[in-house]
Amino acid sequence: MNRITARRRHPLARYAVLLLTLGLLGVAYTLAAPTSERADAAIASGRADDVAEGKKLFEQSCASCHGLNAEGIANRGPSLVGVGAASVDFQVSSGRMPLAQLGAQAPRKKPAPWVNEDTIRQLGAYVQSLGGGPTVPTQEMVDPAKGDKSKGGQLFRANCIQCHNFVGSGGALTQGKYAPPLHDATPRQIYEAMVTGPQAMPVFNDSIITPEQKRDMIAYIVGVREEPNPGGAGLGRIGPVTEGLVAWIVGISLLALAAIWITAKRRQAQ
Amino acid sequence: MSPSGGPDANVPQAIAGPSGFLDDRLGAGNFLKRNLRKVFPDHWSFLLGEIALYSFIILLLTGTFLTFFFKPSMEHVIYDGAYEPLKGVGMSAAYASSLEISFDVRGGLLMRQMHHWAALLFVAGMMVHMLRVFFTGAYRKPRELNWLIGVLLLTLALAEGLTGYSLPDDLLSGAGLRITEGVAISLPLVGTWITFFLFGGEYPGEDVISRFYSLHILLIPGILLALISAHMILMWVQKHTQMPGKGRTNNNVVGAPFYPAFMAKAGAYFMFTFGVIALLGTFAQINPIWIFGPYTPADISAGSQPDFYMGFLEGALRLMPSWEINFLGFTLPMSVLIPALVPMGIIMTGLAVYPFAERWITGDNREHHVVDRPRNNPHRTSIGISAITFYGVLWLLGANDEISWVFKVSLNWTTYIGRVLIFVAPVIAYIVTYRICLGLQRKDAAIIGHGVESGVIKRLPHGEYIEVHVPPSADIEAHMRGKEPVPVLTGADTEPGGIPPKGMRGPIGKLKARMSTAYGGEKIPLDDGHHDGHHDGHGDEHAAVGAGGDDKSITR
Repeated sequence: MNRITARRRHPLARYAVLLLTLGLLGVAYTLAAPTSERADAAIASGRADDVAEGKKLFEQSCASCHGLNAEGIANRGPSLVGVGAASVDFQVSSGRMPLAQLGAQAPRKKPAPWVNEDTIRQLGAYVQSLGGGPTVPTQEMVDPAKGDKSKGGQLFRANCIQCHNFVGSGGALTQGKYAPPLHDATPRQIYEAMVTGPQAMPVFNDSIITPEQKRDMIAYIVGVREEPNPGGAGLGRIGPVTEGLVAWIVGISLLALAAIWITAKRRQAQ
Repeated sequence: MSPSGGPDANVPQAIAGPSGFLDDRLGAGNFLKRNLRKVFPDHWSFLLGEIALYSFIILLLTGTFLTFFFKPSMEHVIYDGAYEPLKGVGMSAAYASSLEISFDVRGGLLMRQMHHWAALLFVAGMMVHMLRVFFTGAYRKPRELNWLIGVLLLTLALAEGLTGYSLPDDLLSGAGLRITEGVAISLPLVGTWITFFLFGGEYPGEDVISRFYSLHILLIPGILLALISAHMILMWVQKHTQMPGKGRTNNNVVGAPFYPAFMAKAGAYFMFTFGVIALLGTFAQINPIWIFGPYTPADISAGSQPDFYMGFLEGALRLMPSWEINFLGFTLPMSVLIPALVPMGIIMTGLAVYPFAERWITGDNREHHVVDRPRNNPHRTSIGISAITFYGVLWLLGANDEISWVFKVSLNWTTYIGRVLIFVAPVIAYIVTYRICLGLQRKDAAIIGHGVESGVIKRLPHGEYIEVHVPPSADIEAHMRGKEPVPVLTGADTEPGGIPPKGMRGPIGKLKARMSTAYGGEKIPLDDGHHDGHHDGHGDEHAAVGAGGDDKSITR
């Protein structure tokens, strides 16, 4: 013990400890950190410059309404500070942004020609850098196969159907706004819509509905929209309105035609 | 059908024996002999009521099947059936058994769907039948009581529908139940009591499904069956009305005998009705309760609508501005009371009262077995179309969210426009229909006076072209000549200053006289101004190319 204690007081001991710490840290880093190939790949694909690239894209396609620094322009576009990359991914990947024309609500449409995985990521990185916000969920967080449909169905009925209809066929809101149908929404877009609350939609953050519950809901939505209609044609799955139309237009018309047919007389020739 | 006594020589013993036995005891042969040859007039619109009749039979059959498996209980159960997205979800036994019928019982979904489609066609059939009877004036003496039975049947059918679609206890029907509760509780004085009685306590309670079940499968169908029988017997005894036509008078019925001609047609029409319902039940999904989910009072979906026959009430509710009266600590929610009671009251009371009101105004106490063509009583037709428009606006507005959603218009504007249309559209419909009726009457007068265009163009010696008109065929002419002027009260057209008859002197009497002259009378006489009409030779009106045209063609 004495010998060790004496060595501890050696003038070089502090350098030895420093060296050892650095060495351990280096080993830990190489074990834990992404491999150098992936880092290289990221640099090659431009991830390192995502924010800069995103800013360029933003200035080209978004700044006319949202302002040069995403600070928003009154009556044209809101500030994007703090909306997060999830918001960008939702709006741009579903074609809602960039907007074609101002209206009550931005419709889903074919995305602009410059939109792809990379440009969305770059734009997202830029907007994320402005003030944080919800990030894009991982593939696992939105995997319908990992969710519980029946739990998701209960949550869906409690939180979503007021506007989106029983099976997500969509519905009208006030003043020309509407809840869009969920038929074309990807699992990731559904998740992002919940965390960002686009347009007329409220935000369902993680303290209201946990990420696992969101995945259950995604499982239900995806499941029910892929489910066949066991009773025949689904009639738009919007409830009794189309059923009433079919009863009158198909049912009563066919029966009136049948009545005309069986009471028809051969016209007497003049 | 051999007369009682010895069997007929031509009838085999196997038939003659039992039928003779029955006839001796029931007297059925005599009854059948009298009734099998009963004559039924032929017109396609006379079959519309049979849609409702046959749908009712199909409702009874499919409904019986459904009762074998349905559990009318609100007991809480955890679902463990074939439909995977609801596994482990808590729900009522009624909803679970409806799911079982849909997914686990063989043929259950088809039966459920046929039952629901038949219900829609039952009410729709009643409606088109009622419109036929109304617009042709077939409700007139002696058929007023049968008309009243019909109005009662329609009202009961609505109640039967409401109780029926509430039974599966799914989220959509729960919305209807919630509105029912809202209406019941908004009734002054008795509302709370009625609600607690109906639901067995605070909404939703545990009794409403079993109570609706008793009403739906026992009480209302029983009354419906009795009233339908009465309706049919009265129709049979009073004989069916007929369209005006050749040889048809108020004292005869021209048509085919019940056996075999009409029976074959009726039988075929049952098959058609059955076929259409089976077709719809097979190929068109109706009321998919599994995607609606179980009822919980906290949830409601976009696009929650009732079945079509309740749509006008839904529309009235959506149209009504919010308005409530607070009086001595009591609240009168007019925004619920008015839409729930007023449109229904106007339509049903209007229907029930109309035959009597018309008789009061026209003083027409005669029996009518030949019906009117709708154009020949223009005010009645206009009132009918006006009522359809009123109903139609409400009905349309019941789906205003779907209209707004599909046609991309603002939901608010559908409501604002509806609030105007509900008052304006019936008036416009009245005026337009009235003019159309008069126009059609003029057309009839023209055909009677000038004949029908034959398609033959004739050139006269001086160069004029005319189209040859020929007299209409005898049955069409007879059909047109069946027109009768709408009666007017005698003395209603007293000159100003003259002395009106008794009963038309007071303010009500004067109003009655004024209404009578407006409602009745001959607007466009069939032979007006065309007594000298002949079928060729009048140049101006029907000349294909006039004399002026002739000149031009020469100079060019």
